[in-house]
Amino acid sequence: MKNQNMERIWNGIWKENPTFVMMLGMCPTLAVTTSLINGFAMGISTALVLIFSNILISLLRKVISDNIRIPAYIVIVATLVSTVQMLLQAYIPSLYTALGIYIPLIVVNCIILGRAESFASKNGIIVSAFDGLGMGIGFTIALTLIGLVREILGAGSVLGTVVIPKEYHITAFVLAPGAFFALAVLTALQNKFKAPSATNGDTNSCGAGCGSCGEKIGG
Amino acid sequence: MKELLLIAVGAALVNNVVLSQFLGLCPFLGVSKNVKTAAGMGGAVVFVITISSLVTSIIYNGILVSLHLEYLQTMVFILVIAALVQFVELFMKKSMPPLHKTMGIYLPLITTNCAVLGAALTNVSKNYGILQSVVNGVGISVGFTIAIVMLAGIRERIKYNDIPDSFKGSPIILVTAGLMAIAFFGFAGLI
Repeated sequence: MKNQNMERIWNGIWKENPTFVMMLGMCPTLAVTTSLINGFAMGISTALVLIFSNILISLLRKVISDNIRIPAYIVIVATLVSTVQMLLQAYIPSLYTALGIYIPLIVVNCIILGRAESFASKNGIIVSAFDGLGMGIGFTIALTLIGLVREILGAGSVLGTVVIPKEYHITAFVLAPGAFFALAVLTALQNKFKAPSATNGDTNSCGAGCGSCGEKIGG
Repeated sequence: MKELLLIAVGAALVNNVVLSQFLGLCPFLGVSKNVKTAAGMGGAVVFVITISSLVTSIIYNGILVSLHLEYLQTMVFILVIAALVQFVELFMKKSMPPLHKTMGIYLPLITTNCAVLGAALTNVSKNYGILQSVVNGVGISVGFTIAIVMLAGIRERIKYNDIPDSFKGSPIILVTAGLMAIAFFGFAGLI
C-alpha cells in the first residue's frame, strides 16, 4: 500500500509530469511564469485543488452516474477553485492581484479534469489523494523552474534579488513572446534527447484528457 | 461609441487573447493545421464567446450582484457556458443544418476552451456593463480568429521548409507564435 502511494508521487513528479511529459495545462504555464514566485504560487494553488478534487471525486465515484460525470466533476472543481481564490484574496492579496483571472481559470485546467477522469474516478481515496499530491508537486516544480529561467533571463533577478546587471536583461522573456520561446526551446530539447513527451514526433501538444484538441499537431 | 470601439480594438489587437493573454492555447496550437479548419474554429469561437458574454453578463449583473452572490461567479459561469454550448449545438442541428455541418465538430471542444471562461471573467473584473461585455466578447473572439487563421497560414508554408530536426513539430509552431506575439506588440501604441 505504502509503495503504491510513493509510486503515485514519483509518477506525478517524473514519469508523467503534467507539464514536461504530458503537456497539459499550458495556459497557466505560459501566462503566470513571469517570475519564480508567481509560478510557485500558481503551482501550489493548482496542487491544492487537485488533491481535494481527487479525494472528493474518488469518494463520490460510486454515487455519480456515468452520464453526468463531467458536469458533476466541473461543479466540484469550481467549488474548490472558488475556495482557493477566496483564501488567497484574504491572506495573500499581493499574489491574488498578480495571478488575476488565472486563479478562477484553474477550473478549465486540463490536468484537474484529466486526473479526475483517468484516475480518481477509478481508484480508492488514499491513492487518489497521493496521485493528486504527486501531480500537484510535479506541476509546481515545472512552473517554478520555468518561472526561474524567465525571471533570470528577463529581469535578471531571482526572487526579486538582482543577480545580472541591467544591461544584460532580455526583457522579452518576462513578456508574452518570451513564454512561447521558453516553451519552444524546452520542447526542442526534449525532441533532441528523445525524452518522453507528448510533443515528441507528430503527436498532440495537449495530451490525453484534454477535450479541446480537435486535431493533432502536424499529424 | 468611442469607448466601445476602444474596447473592441483593445481586446482584438492590443491585448490579443492568445498572443498576450495565453487563453485558448489548446485549439490555437491544435486546430491550426490549415486555414479552412482554423477559420471554422474561429467562426465557432466568435459565435460562442459573443453569446456567452451576453448571457453571463446578464446573469452576473441581474442575478448575482443583486443577491450579493458574486463569489459564485466561477461556478455559475462554467455551468452556464457548458449548458449554453450544448444548447447552441442542439439548436443549430435542428434549425441550421448547413451551419451545424461546418461548425458542429468544433462546438463541443469549445466548452473547455479557457478563452470563453476568460472572456466572461474579464468582463466582470473590468466592471463592464452588458453592452460593453458583448463588445469585449466580440473583440476577444475576433482577435482569436485573426491569430489562429494567421498561424494556420504560416504553418501551411512551414510544411515545405527545411527545419532542424529537434524543432520539427510543436517547437517551431511555438517559435512562430512567439514571433507573432512580438509583431502584435506593434499594436500597443494604438490605444
